[in-house]
Amino acid sequence: MKVQFSDVSMRFGAMEVLQHITLGAEEGEFLCIVGPSGCGKSTLLNIAGGFLAPGSGSVTIDGEPVTAPDRRRIFVFQERGVFPWLTVEGNIGFGLFDMDEAGREARVAQYIDLVGLKGFEKSYPRELSGGMKQRVEVARALAVNPDVLFLDEPFGALDSITRLQMRSELLRIWRAERKTVLFVTHDIEESVQLADRVVVMSARPGRIRRVVDIDIPHPRDLSSRRYIELRDLIFGEIGLAHQV
Amino acid sequence: MKNRDHHRDTEGTEGSLSVSSVPLWFQRFLMPLITAAIGIIIWSIAVKASGTKIFPTPTAVAKAITTLAEKSLLWHYIADSLTRVFAGYFAAILIGIPLGFLLGWYAPLARAINPLIQMLRPISPLAWMPLAVIWFGVSNAAPIFLIFLASLFPIIVAAMNGVRNVPPMYLQAGRNFGLSTPQLMRRVMIPAVLPRIIVGLRLAFGIAWVVLVAAEMIAVDSGLGYLIIDARNAGKRYDLVVAGMLMIGLIGLLLDTAIRRVEVWISD
Repeated sequence: MKVQFSDVSMRFGAMEVLQHITLGAEEGEFLCIVGPSGCGKSTLLNIAGGFLAPGSGSVTIDGEPVTAPDRRRIFVFQERGVFPWLTVEGNIGFGLFDMDEAGREARVAQYIDLVGLKGFEKSYPRELSGGMKQRVEVARALAVNPDVLFLDEPFGALDSITRLQMRSELLRIWRAERKTVLFVTHDIEESVQLADRVVVMSARPGRIRRVVDIDIPHPRDLSSRRYIELRDLIFGEIGLAHQV
Repeated sequence: MKNRDHHRDTEGTEGSLSVSSVPLWFQRFLMPLITAAIGIIIWSIAVKASGTKIFPTPTAVAKAITTLAEKSLLWHYIADSLTRVFAGYFAAILIGIPLGFLLGWYAPLARAINPLIQMLRPISPLAWMPLAVIWFGVSNAAPIFLIFLASLFPIIVAAMNGVRNVPPMYLQAGRNFGLSTPQLMRRVMIPAVLPRIIVGLRLAFGIAWVVLVAAEMIAVDSGLGYLIIDARNAGKRYDLVVAGMLMIGLIGLLLDTAIRRVEVWISD
């Protein structure tokens, strides 16, 4: 297993946030973690990223216990994580401070190209749309060539059309780069569209209710029977009647 | 902010309001001059109509300024005032910014020291005048100390709040990319805080300039503040008093404009 949670529990004061989470992600796998707001899924991601120590249990990556943040595994926030004082280039090259000038420029250009931001190299984040800022963050993370990406509701602040576009972009990039991805979302549709496996969590204290294999090949047809079946299975698992 | 201003400006030239169809340079420069001219006319009429012997006419004030300028006393006073203000102000920057950073960074330290700062802050710098005279005697140091105090607290508070309000995800991202604490300071913290600090610096300078007159009432015999007090005490020269007031206002306007320029340039 690339990323392995072993019996991870966590509490903040008297509040129990996570209970006995045991979960593995394979190398190159796209794993989505869904659950209601406040179920501890972001906490789980922060533990894996090394930003929080688990109350009990452990997380290992490549068999090594996670104790601190590491640039081999990068955390991607909503687009608010881009640095407003740096240009697109500056943001994407942010983690490349130990490379020489030429190497850095080549790497930045490569990832600007990958996320489709050519022509915006010198732009500042405030001149970009939400979706473009999110691309900058993804490119900034990928540029340091990590082997794991943690994405914490990365598209949560985008409008629904941009969100849909960003999902196919992310899949395209994931296919090109083959990173292990742990993607936290509260959007069930999003998880079924993206993931190899969907981990469904309960409301707080967060436990794993079920892990669902999404056995639909990409590109996924969002009106196919299997898609709707799996989606409704997860809706049901979370306890939502699929009606408005 | 700046973007929005640009937006408004470009829209203003074609806007629907009648005043917006006036060219921008005209609004920015000529209209304030017209306002000033109207003010001077009203002032002039008011002095003549009331028959006051104390309050000078605009002409008398203009003459007073010319006389001061000819004797080179005016430049001498302006230079002295600016030196004192900048000395106190830069001392406040040197101490206030690092202190504000420390207080913003280490919450326990802030809890220990912040109440003291918040208690000292509302005390007018002028209240320190008697102590300043005892400590520094007849020297430049007394007014510089008052200006230092006046600008210190807004700078500390701006830096402290700036550091506290840096979005945690910026720091988390910095750590994630493997930055050491000094690197995190230089590459994330300082650029993230800078816009707020600049606002604090402008605020602090405004206060420092306001305190100048009072600060120069003590212990010194030059400067624009001294000019005002001396003109009144020496011979009730209210033309010189008003001349001094106008000079303080004009220089304050110029310096504020300059700092705003820096602010726009940095937040760009």
